[in-house]
Amino acid sequence: MTLALDNARELRADERRERFSILGLSFPALILVTLLVFLPVGWLFWLSVIDGGELSLIHYRRLADATHFRIFYVTFEISILVTVLALLLGYPLAYLMSQLPPRWAGICLIFVLIPFWTSLLVRTYAWLVLLQRRGVINQTLQDLGLIDAPLRLVHNYTGTVIGMLHIMLPFMILPLYAALRTVDPNYMRAASNLGAGPVRAFWTVFFPLSLPGVFAGSLLVFILSLGFYVTPALLGGGRVMMVSMKIQQNAGLYFDWGAASALGVVLLVVTLFIFWVLSRFMRVERVFGGG
Amino acid sequence: MLLRPASETQITHLGRLWLYVVAGLVMMFLILPVFVVIPMSFSDSRFLRFPPEGFSLRWYASYLGSPEWMRATWVSFQVAVLTTLVATPLGIAAAYGLHVSGVRFARLLSLALITPLIIPIIILGVGIFYLYVLLGIVNTIPGLVLAHSILALPFVLVTVSSGLQQYDMNQELAARSMGASRLTAFRTVTLPQIRGSIVAGALFAFITSLDEVIIALFISGGQNTTLTRRMFTGLRDEIDPTIAAISSLLIILSVVLLMILVLTNRKK
Repeated sequence: MTLALDNARELRADERRERFSILGLSFPALILVTLLVFLPVGWLFWLSVIDGGELSLIHYRRLADATHFRIFYVTFEISILVTVLALLLGYPLAYLMSQLPPRWAGICLIFVLIPFWTSLLVRTYAWLVLLQRRGVINQTLQDLGLIDAPLRLVHNYTGTVIGMLHIMLPFMILPLYAALRTVDPNYMRAASNLGAGPVRAFWTVFFPLSLPGVFAGSLLVFILSLGFYVTPALLGGGRVMMVSMKIQQNAGLYFDWGAASALGVVLLVVTLFIFWVLSRFMRVERVFGGG
Repeated sequence: MLLRPASETQITHLGRLWLYVVAGLVMMFLILPVFVVIPMSFSDSRFLRFPPEGFSLRWYASYLGSPEWMRATWVSFQVAVLTTLVATPLGIAAAYGLHVSGVRFARLLSLALITPLIIPIIILGVGIFYLYVLLGIVNTIPGLVLAHSILALPFVLVTVSSGLQQYDMNQELAARSMGASRLTAFRTVTLPQIRGSIVAGALFAFITSLDEVIIALFISGGQNTTLTRRMFTGLRDEIDPTIAAISSLLIILSVVLLMILVLTNRKK
């Protein structure tokens, strides 16, 4: 009896050892991430509360002025605008894809995946060319007689929003499509059986069921927009200053590590908070190409 | 045709026409900007017009004939290949370890590994730059490879993990009960069945590194300037049509890689 118990205990211990040795396979990756992500980010936290070798909140206090308020305001405004526009444009396409037969949905998906896979820089460049004074869009509008003089579409707020919207749209459509696909069509059949017309059935049955996907896609787009750098830097023409650009300026141009770190910490805390909210709606790994 | 119902609970195709139109316009918005660059890159003038007024290969010649652009391309490809070689095995090992061990905090560890996707890249750029200055590895290939591996790892982890979730681990147990070592069982039974997700992860790793701009702005320079960094700097100063030629080549490369991805995952 005791022998059998000992044996069972021994087996369990053996299994635990085995589990941990298998877990060890993830250590090289974890070490790399610790050294190159957690260590440097921890360092930035430290730098943000140090001034002249002493603990101080001076870097954070300096953020509380009109310039920085303006930067945060613009960053949030652009991010919200891009998120709302991406949802308005993305939902109809994701909805249609979820209703189409798989073959057709697959073809539509290609239209989302090609820009998703194309370099962000290349797409930003494409918009720079399209939106410039003598670019395709101004030329077409003029040829059609819709405008007399070319519109200022780039090197400003408008250009930044258009470019970011294009880059963020796949990040909205992919999680939305994944969520809309799982809505059971039987609910819609039941609704129509009970006499609801297509429009009523959509708004009272389908749309509420798609809300988790809407939240997931919107929060993801919002987070990514908050940290945007390349597109506003190129399409904003120096007129649009977002948080990331200010961080780059402080670190790369002025070598003001304290200011750069404090701004970075604020951006990081906001991002992580929204991410935490997001993680309550869905398994976040799903968003990044998994599943 | 248009008057037929679109589905059993739906209005006719005609009643839903507006949806087709909106979705079609959104698809055009997504795809046209990507492809409009290609015809423009064959323009023969300094000013990029659409449709181009004359045909020439001068911007391709200008790209291929420039030692700086060639050097940058070589650096980028080197870094991208090495990043793939570092991130893919590390990602597979981590995905396998976290999946098989089944410990309670495995999910937490896998979240830790995907943090580089969540943290704004500019923060990673500043942090890694600071670290590299102390280590003296700014503007080096190994420095770039390590930094890019961090960004590529999560993609490998996520794709391989989802591959493992669709795979029945008992097959590996069966192989081991018949005398195969863990490694042999993994190599001959598991690996062939999750190959599609591994290829996807590796392609993701490659393209992530090749397209990365922000970290490269901080830690690549001089002899080891990457292609995207050089493009970014070129764009800030003026619209150099050579960049249209390079962009076209990058677009074609992305489409080819996407095709490979779709084809390898369809075989199943």
